[in-house]
Amino acid sequence: MITQLLIILGAALILVGFWGVLTRKHIVKIIISFSILDTGIHLIMVGIGYIKDGSAPIIDQEMPVSRLAGNVVDPIPSALVLTAIVIGVAVTALMLSYAVQLYTFYKTVSIEQIKELKW
Amino acid sequence: MIVVYILLGLMMLIAAVAAIQMRNIVSAIITAGVVSLIGSILFLLAGAPDVAMTEAAIGSALTTVIFLFAWSRITEQMKTDKKSSEHDSEGGSND
Amino acid sequence: MIKRIIIIITLIGLSFVLLPLFLNMEDAERLSELSQTYVTEGAEELGTANLVTAVVVSYRGLDTLGEVAVLFAATAGVTLLLGTKKKGGSVTDLLEERRGGSELLNTGAALLFPVLLLFGAYIFVHGHLTPGGGFQGGVVIASAFVLLLFIESDREFSHSVLHSLEALSGAAYVLIGLIGLWFAAGFLDPRFLPSGEIGRLLSAGAIPLIYSLIGIKVGSELIGVVDSLRRRS
Repeated sequence: MITQLLIILGAALILVGFWGVLTRKHIVKIIISFSILDTGIHLIMVGIGYIKDGSAPIIDQEMPVSRLAGNVVDPIPSALVLTAIVIGVAVTALMLSYAVQLYTFYKTVSIEQIKELKW
Repeated sequence: MIVVYILLGLMMLIAAVAAIQMRNIVSAIITAGVVSLIGSILFLLAGAPDVAMTEAAIGSALTTVIFLFAWSRITEQMKTDKKSSEHDSEGGSND
Repeated sequence: MIKRIIIIITLIGLSFVLLPLFLNMEDAERLSELSQTYVTEGAEELGTANLVTAVVVSYRGLDTLGEVAVLFAATAGVTLLLGTKKKGGSVTDLLEERRGGSELLNTGAALLFPVLLLFGAYIFVHGHLTPGGGFQGGVVIASAFVLLLFIESDREFSHSVLHSLEALSGAAYVLIGLIGLWFAAGFLDPRFLPSGEIGRLLSAGAIPLIYSLIGIKVGSELIGVVDSLRRRS
């Protein structure tokens, strides 16, 4: 149930982000849409790793090694999402620096007025 | 429990659509940060506290700061451009 | 008009692509074979309490090394695009002189800055015991420096110090991987140091060491990114 909810939510966020990327004209808005799309993908990946009634994969007094097997969520999607988020912020910074440079050269933030990109 | 997920999910979707629809860029950036923040609550509920920490620290804090720095840099250049071409028409596209 | 129809068709197609993902998914009752192995044997093999850290640093350590390399490439791109801008190029007149922070912001930031540094170091040193680790700790340290930028926007960070920290920690990371290749089972194997008892700070072999290096590297890289993206007066 929770897996399905997280996947629906992630898919909806991906669609919203994609719609924003396709329809907006302002370049900063497009980058914001990309970061929303990112969040949707992360939600789907965490949702796939969810185990029924699972808690975090951390050993302590409540969760000794013997109880670990059926009661914790999958650590691999968590690890993947962890690195994906950090790469996401670096790529967002790269996109934003391109946006700053585009403004410096073309003096506009609207992608419709950057004629060289049209085909 | 399911109700909490659904409520948070609805808030997240509304914030995402609002972030894309808003005309003011600064409000849009901060609303996109709210999307990430609610996402981190969902990660925490789904049993991934590591991801929740990363999303809260990076997705909602540092990304917002980076967006705001870049946008303030663009608006700064807009101001100097306007000043250098003062005699042009007044209706700039700056918001 | 035709553009809008194409966009709607694209979105509907994308939702059909995502649909099977949703239909085939129930809450899984148990872990897959590979995850089962990681979860049951990770604690005994490596001695980490936080199994996500075991996957990030050891089992999928090569992925993390590649990820750090991607981060470095993106940082280099940002610095290449924005970092070479000469200072004092634009003429800002005197009316535009930047306000300093308010009294509240200055005092709060001065109080919080050392605490945030300590907290970031705490997070990445305890990465094998509690949620958190090098990435999160590095970001907390970077946000402490962002706080410094808020109170004094003309502050210059020494880029040579940042770059040498980044290069040294990256090189030490690869070096530890090679030591693992020599003394333990494979590249980035942390078991050349004793694993110790689960739950102690000094346990889990070289995992705290590797995660601290990742934390220093990520922190200095993100400080560099923020510093090149902020506006220059």
